[in-house]
Amino acid sequence: MKFDDEPVPGYSLPILPGHVSPGRLERVLRAGKFAVTSEIDPPDSADPAEVLKRAAIFDGYVDAINATDGSGANCHMSSVGVCSLLTRVGYATILQISCRDRNRIAIQGEILGGAAMGACNLLCLTGDGVQAGDHPQAKPVFDLDSMSLLEIARAMRDEQRFDSGRHIAVPPRIFLGAAENPFVPPLDWRPHRLAKKVAAGAQFIQTQYCFDIERLREFMLKVNDLGLLEGPDRVFILPGIGPLASARSARWIRANVPGVHIPDAVIARLEGAENQKEEGKQLCMDLLNEIREIPGVSGAHIMAYRQEHTVAEIIKATGVLEGRVPWYPGRDDPKELNPESSEALLS
Amino acid sequence: MYRMRRWVVRHSRAFEMIYRRFEPVLVKLAPVWRRLGYERIEAPVRSVEKAVKGALFDCQMCGQCVLSDTGMSCPMNCPKSLRNGPCGGVRANGHCEVKPEMMCVWVDAWEGSRRMKHGDRIHAVQLPVDYRLEGTSSWLRVVRQQDGTSSSTAKSETTK
Repeated sequence: MKFDDEPVPGYSLPILPGHVSPGRLERVLRAGKFAVTSEIDPPDSADPAEVLKRAAIFDGYVDAINATDGSGANCHMSSVGVCSLLTRVGYATILQISCRDRNRIAIQGEILGGAAMGACNLLCLTGDGVQAGDHPQAKPVFDLDSMSLLEIARAMRDEQRFDSGRHIAVPPRIFLGAAENPFVPPLDWRPHRLAKKVAAGAQFIQTQYCFDIERLREFMLKVNDLGLLEGPDRVFILPGIGPLASARSARWIRANVPGVHIPDAVIARLEGAENQKEEGKQLCMDLLNEIREIPGVSGAHIMAYRQEHTVAEIIKATGVLEGRVPWYPGRDDPKELNPESSEALLS
Repeated sequence: MYRMRRWVVRHSRAFEMIYRRFEPVLVKLAPVWRRLGYERIEAPVRSVEKAVKGALFDCQMCGQCVLSDTGMSCPMNCPKSLRNGPCGGVRANGHCEVKPEMMCVWVDAWEGSRRMKHGDRIHAVQLPVDYRLEGTSSWLRVVRQQDGTSSSTAKSETTK
């Protein structure tokens, strides 16, 4: 999709009536297109080229790139650092902030900094516990929770004030997102918890990995019944999916990654396959095809950790973009190329 | 104590009723508290509150109790101190991601709230904790708020 009021390709768009951000993700969602987001695994390095290289893998296939914030409670380059590098060449980013590592003073500063650097989307997360990562000896902060983080971010944007009440001269123009996990207990509370997040300010939701379509369907039905998918304050839901590398890795994820629900049938399907990796990819495509048919679903969030190159293949094979080519540096003007993309390296 | 607090959640309705009778009494006695001086009684009341709520709910004395909005399950026992519901890491058996031996505080809260008359208060968004109030008496704070002598900035409508 090309926006005819795009000033410089890739840079912030004018904010349309009824929109809150100058970003492309909000435009795509409000235009009713099936949006695709994916996430970058931030490097354990201070090398900016590495970030651009990891983003180039998604060129032409995703509407926005999530930059994770110490995911799994492991140390990596910061989300705001990754976003800043990406927005410099025009990528649409989703800044992630988890409540685990910073208090409300640091977080509000980060929201202003991220927005100033061109991040138009903010994903508000609680964060994995420190026990899950490489620094279990660290102090878990959790000064806020994802809900109060959403409320504070919304007040910064809409009321131009910090949580303290102090005035903000130019508010952050951010589209607010949150996570939800419809696949873990208490299952019957999850739709209500989503409603609470929407009440606190969430405008889009990226879910935890979905491997159980039935649970997602039930969840979406209830979310629809709660009236969350209508009106100006509606929420856009992007279920999370991803390719599993093998039955063994699926078992490991199920046992060790907090909150990932993988039914036995999925593991059995992988185990029965000759090429488990291919089957994992196929499973992901099948899930995507089923998810797009569920009423109320606005897109998908593809998390292909250490298999990022499969994202393009999954999107192409399923045709979810319906011929759309999301903007990337160089799409319209070769001079705008991401300096680390393969095209740039070849020329 | 873990077993005690889980027992309380199973009887959340009874505790809700006890609290609803207890609060007006506490508030009615405001003139007495005022005469004695809120500053002077803070320490003894705090000790009583800590002993009672510690035994029943594993109260952490955050100073801004939300028990009757959370199914009588104290959210400060959540290792992530979440005040607004469970995280996405709850195990399939309902146990905590961080402390696998413990039932998720919010799975209990949901159960507890469904037994309560005003259990739907669990859907209200809670403000972040005001850490200046940590270790102070939540009971006295509510009395002072209703008595109009409160200097506190945190909001709360009822005693818990």
